[in-house]
Amino acid sequence: MKNYQTIILSNLEISPGYWRMRILAPGFAAAAAPGQFVMLRPELALPTMLRRPFGIFRTGCLPPECAGLPPREYMEILYKIVGQGTRIMSDLHAGDRVELLGPLGRGFTINDTSCAKILVGGGIGLVPLFLLAEALIDKGHQVRLLMGGRTRDDVLAVTEFERLGVETYVSTDDGSLGEEGLVTKVLERKLSKYPCAEVYACGPMPMLAAVERICSERNVPLQVSLESHMACGVGACLGCVVKGAGHSDQRPNYLCTCKEGPVFAAGQLDWGRAVNTEGGCPEGGCR
Amino acid sequence: MNAKRPSLAVNVAGIELRNPVMPASGTFGYGEEYSAFVDLKKLGAIVTKGLSLNPKAGNPMPRIAETTSGMLNAIGLQNVGVDTFVEKKCPYYRVLDTPVFANFFGNTLEEYGEVARRLADVPEVTALELNISCPNVKQGGIVFGTDPKAAAEVVSLVRKHNDKPLIVKLSPNVTDITVIARAVEEAGADAISCINTLTGMAIDIRTRKPKIANRTGGLSGPAIRPVAVRMVHQVVQAVKIPVIGIGGIMTASDALEFLIVGARAVQVGTANFIDPAAMLAIIDGIEAFLVEEGLEDINQVIGSLSL
Ligand SMILES: Cc1cc2nc3c(=O)[nH]c(=O)nc-3n(C[C@H](O)[C@H](O)[C@H](O)COP(=O)(O)OP(=O)(O)OC[C@H]3O[C@@H](n4cnc5c(N)ncnc54)[C@H](O)[C@@H]3O)c2cc1C
Ligand SMILES: Cc1cc2nc3c(=O)[nH]c(=O)nc-3n(C[C@H](O)[C@H](O)[C@H](O)COP(=O)(O)O)c2cc1C
Ligand code: FES
Repeated sequence: MKNYQTIILSNLEISPGYWRMRILAPGFAAAAAPGQFVMLRPELALPTMLRRPFGIFRTGCLPPECAGLPPREYMEILYKIVGQGTRIMSDLHAGDRVELLGPLGRGFTINDTSCAKILVGGGIGLVPLFLLAEALIDKGHQVRLLMGGRTRDDVLAVTEFERLGVETYVSTDDGSLGEEGLVTKVLERKLSKYPCAEVYACGPMPMLAAVERICSERNVPLQVSLESHMACGVGACLGCVVKGAGHSDQRPNYLCTCKEGPVFAAGQLDWGRAVNTEGGCPEGGCR
Repeated sequence: MNAKRPSLAVNVAGIELRNPVMPASGTFGYGEEYSAFVDLKKLGAIVTKGLSLNPKAGNPMPRIAETTSGMLNAIGLQNVGVDTFVEKKCPYYRVLDTPVFANFFGNTLEEYGEVARRLADVPEVTALELNISCPNVKQGGIVFGTDPKAAAEVVSLVRKHNDKPLIVKLSPNVTDITVIARAVEEAGADAISCINTLTGMAIDIRTRKPKIANRTGGLSGPAIRPVAVRMVHQVVQAVKIPVIGIGGIMTASDALEFLIVGARAVQVGTANFIDPAAMLAIIDGIEAFLVEEGLEDINQVIGSLSL
């Protein structure tokens, strides 16, 4: 991991509310593993202050600007505008300065079994699956992507997966693209087809919870990539924890999303309460 | 012609620091977490995450929320516990040659005393930083650091169990911080650090829920700096022991404000999250300031406030 003070190469709206930012990052590709993330911040970010976490979508290389210069290695993020920080990001242009910390965290574990590799993405949760698909295909695996979105606008970059040679299945809640219905319906159908499968998923928490239920009922190994509010991204602030398996008030088991994750084996997590963010502490606790 | 580099060395509670810049507890882990970005040998000191007698799991999520020029946190003092700290984390400090300040807390008077006792013979720990911004669970949750008598009691007890230099970290959530400052000085503190976070609250207007699960959290970052500078100024006037200034320091000029009002050193917290190398830039910036001003020694700046 490294702290890059670098520039944006391009920043484009790829679908209503979704943007793709390409950032100059020499040496990044070689260090990045599928499922890792970065902490990003525009250099002049007022009124936001903290870096924001984003999955690593792709890495690549552009020819040098002039002969004799090294090629320009870059990394890309895809982001959805949800608040002030991402709105400010969408106002940035090529040449604007950003600070990029990464690659961070623990990514996907690739098991070299002959089981079918099924990737499940919900909306912007598709981001960490691209490098994973690339790595799996490199190793000679056949990869299937089940991509779900609310509407067609929420289904991103599927053709890029197809160009890699990934078999893709799209579903939308409103039927505006691909099959109508939830991505989990497609997953159930696929799983009944393969005697042996492994699932890798990233998306909103309710989707992940449904995927987890489907996989655990069928004893299918599952890895999920989680989101959590982060301040440091390196395991120092302990702001980003999620409940681990067997967590209880008496015997708490918190896992650090930025350091022990963001990718977890489903068995590491407490699914009963992973979506519960209800407070349980007395007013004015210790700090 | 190489001009002589100005001296940044300061002395806090008998400890020689190579410069006055160190991390604030809880924002730098145990130090190792940031070693990829910061040469720990360049810091004035390392300040650990707050330690307690038993490991502490911390609060439910979400634990952090950004607010304008600041952030709220209610981590709940999650830490590995003092024994694991000594066994697992301390060996790392041996090669560093940077003083280590062990920040710690308790939920009862006895717990404070016991943690202090367990740190007494740990050679890697140079000094103690006593966090008194904690509720006393045996006394209806009154925060030790908001009551001069309770604060003095903790300090005397810790003093009894541990001979290392003792820095007491004050809470800003009081009407008059000088009263607490004097109380801990009289009880035997060797230095004071301030401020800890200011209690705050933020609401998600769509869900109508507090943005952090604990309801309230500690506000840190640049938003609190003017409050912190004011409080450090007041404390410096009120006591004779050295004061370490904390609160919203992002740049060298922010740090210099604290030094000018009389802080002997400074701690950098939230800024580490924004720029992991922030402390190094602050150290370089302080040196550059001395060169610009034609000063040879940082001690010429400390307490140079002109009123
Ligand atoms: C490991 C990881 C990978 C991620 N990858 C992507 C990605 O590839 N593309 C993408 O669009 N988004 C991704 N997110 C979510 C993204 O970080 C948030 O949408 C973003 O931080 C929101 O910032 P904001 O200022 O626009 O929103 P605000 O709501 O104004 O943010 C306020 C605060 O909440 C935090 N926050 C809000 N929502 C989230 C969230 N869902 N997750 C984490 N922190 C949040 C922000 O960091 C900030 O501190 C990822 C999150 C994590 C943890
Ligand atoms: C995430 C976080 C965790 C903290 N944990 C501790 C702690 O364990 N003990 C302590 O004394 N102070 C703790 N603090 C308070 C800081 O040490 C510091 O006093 C405060 O953040 C103000 O400085 P800043 O504005 O530079 O961050 C914590 C602050 C933050 C933001
Ligand atoms: S974001 Fe700070 S510990 Fe994970």
